Amino acid sequence: MPRLIKDGAIAVDTWLAPVPGNTPPAAGQLATLEQWLELADKKGSAVLLEPGQQPDVLYDHLDEIAMIAISFPVFTDGRGFSYARRLRERGFRGELRATGHFIRDQLTYLRRCGFNAFQMADESSLDEAMNSLGDFTEAYQAADDQPLPLFRRRQPAVP
Amino acid sequence: MYVYDQYDQKIIDERVAQFRGQTARFLAGKISESEFLPLRLQNGLYVQRQAPMLRIAVPYGLMNSRQLRKLAEISRVYDKGYAHISTRQNVQLNWPVLAEVPDILAELASVQMHAIQTSGNCVRNTTTDQFAGVACDELEDPRPYCEIIRQWSTLHPEFAFLPRKFKIAVCGSAEDRAAIHLHDIGLELLANAQGETGLKVLVGGGLGRTPAIGSVVCEWLDKKHMLTYLEAILRVYNQHGRRDNKYKARIKILVKAMGVDAFREAVEQEWQALKDGPTTLTDAEFERARSFFDAPDYDSLDETEAASMLRAACDRDAVFANWVKRNTVEHRVPGYRIVTVSLKSTGYAPGDVTAEQLELLAELSDEYSFGEVRSTHQQNLVLADVPIAQLGALWQRLQAAGLATPNIGYLTDVICCPGGDYCSLANAKSLPVAEAIQARFDDLDYVYDLGPLELNISGCMNACGHHHIGHIGILGVDKKGEEYYQVCLGGSQAKDAAIAKILGPSFKQNDMPDVVDKILSTYVTLRQEEESFLETYRRVGIDPFKERVYAPAD
Repeated sequence: MPRLIKDGAIAVDTWLAPVPGNTPPAAGQLATLEQWLELADKKGSAVLLEPGQQPDVLYDHLDEIAMIAISFPVFTDGRGFSYARRLRERGFRGELRATGHFIRDQLTYLRRCGFNAFQMADESSLDEAMNSLGDFTEAYQAADDQPLPLFRRRQPAVP
Repeated sequence: MYVYDQYDQKIIDERVAQFRGQTARFLAGKISESEFLPLRLQNGLYVQRQAPMLRIAVPYGLMNSRQLRKLAEISRVYDKGYAHISTRQNVQLNWPVLAEVPDILAELASVQMHAIQTSGNCVRNTTTDQFAGVACDELEDPRPYCEIIRQWSTLHPEFAFLPRKFKIAVCGSAEDRAAIHLHDIGLELLANAQGETGLKVLVGGGLGRTPAIGSVVCEWLDKKHMLTYLEAILRVYNQHGRRDNKYKARIKILVKAMGVDAFREAVEQEWQALKDGPTTLTDAEFERARSFFDAPDYDSLDETEAASMLRAACDRDAVFANWVKRNTVEHRVPGYRIVTVSLKSTGYAPGDVTAEQLELLAELSDEYSFGEVRSTHQQNLVLADVPIAQLGALWQRLQAAGLATPNIGYLTDVICCPGGDYCSLANAKSLPVAEAIQARFDDLDYVYDLGPLELNISGCMNACGHHHIGHIGILGVDKKGEEYYQVCLGGSQAKDAAIAKILGPSFKQNDMPDVVDKILSTYVTLRQEEESFLETYRRVGIDPFKERVYAPAD
């Protein structure tokens, strides 16, 4: 079974990969955006966004969608970071999954932007990769994991 | 200056640990070259012709004497005993060893310095006026704004993998010394009719392959919205900037493609989701940031007394008087001068400074300038708060160390990138051209007679030497494997910002001093009264220069 990092632990992936085409997704299968748009009932659906596919079209159904996967065909394409934040800022509370060729050194940034599941192209060293989730324990900016920027939380300097 | 607290220190320390791990994994073959590339770049590490190059961040150009001493020590222990001031006010080391870079970063962290985001497709070091806080024409000190932006942009989770690099500059004075029209985002502090400080926001300026002047996206923004508005701009860029061609990936291309009105509209739309959210700045935060830049404890002098003191000193020694005239400017507090330490002495690469010189400057800053030094994007250093009574003593010690060349703002104060001698991106060498021109124009009286002149040299299209905004710009190009130099005229980095125009076909390296000579003598022939080079150029246009330079030999 394919594995991934989810909510800070290694888990088995229960979703089936999407199959592009005109057929609607089977139960438990991700939909491409095109397929998802055709779904009559979006409740419990799962959809895969590619870079260039703006998340705006999902906004009206965020409380119905179970899972949104955002694809990273190459790790240097950072569009998905903004897509994730926009989805979380608009109230999406389901599973938000990064999938594809991102690297472990991006895990803290991805988590901060609102991803809670990480399906890495290379599954062989998820244990080691998970260490990178703890690279930083403090940050300046507000983000999904910390709604307040540091300037609203700072305690007086320790001499 | 800004002082780290436990939070800042923790973030920097964790970054050092992260990079130590990444470097170890790379050296152990666990990270590929292509995956390690952006990781090392975002810690300032390039791989160059001779060795890696490490670019150390100097936030808005401000350093204290402790940091200078540390830089001297690092350059001695880990490098060849000298450092280079870049055109982004940063410090570069040309010869570090990859495996030792984590140690260098740890040394830097011990004096509250780092190399975060000095390269890579992320938000770079924010730059500003080197005379911030002491300039006479300042509305408000831009450094607190820069520090707020520094913190916001440091390890920003959303904007570390942008389409391309991203540079922000802030200006708070009447004269623009930060080139804000030529940055991805330029911010100008501006009072509204009620006297409240806000920001004029320019987007899409820049140099490089397609030079452009920034467009106004917001005429006046309440300062409390600064970060949410920046975030909205970056978000539009991150989602819509081109990623298919790195030469078309800067935000200036996006702004041009969308049109500034549509771009503004897109920013406004993103901004609605962020505006008034938790990232909205508070008065307390502005006050906290501002508190680090309080004026030092000046002994203020009576203005006339100060002026006569300076006159008396200058009357005693003509060489000293000349240095005061060329390398110091008026300070807002009577009795003080702002001193620029020239790193442009012929025979030394522009912007290079040795470990001994760094240590001397640390000492001089402690003795004469409240322990602070600034770097400038013209690749010089500044002692911003020197009492007039100490100018003579300071000058003697600078002169003994080769740091008092009286040429600030003149022809030989050349801006120049490291070029083909070091940089692997370069098409041509830049340093020998700078040196040949400095050597040719060694007659200071002639140089002074030419008046204010900015000569900027880049070794390639990436324009680190800012050739597009030099009054005279020189660009190294590759012509079938041979190094040639293209000349452009009429650029300006000031509020009247302009992109220089190409003069014509390029020249061989050996011809460059003659070419510059012809350009200058054309100016001298055509100028009226007190006209500067730029003013004459703007009046007569490029043709007379072209005719003279390309005239067949007699």
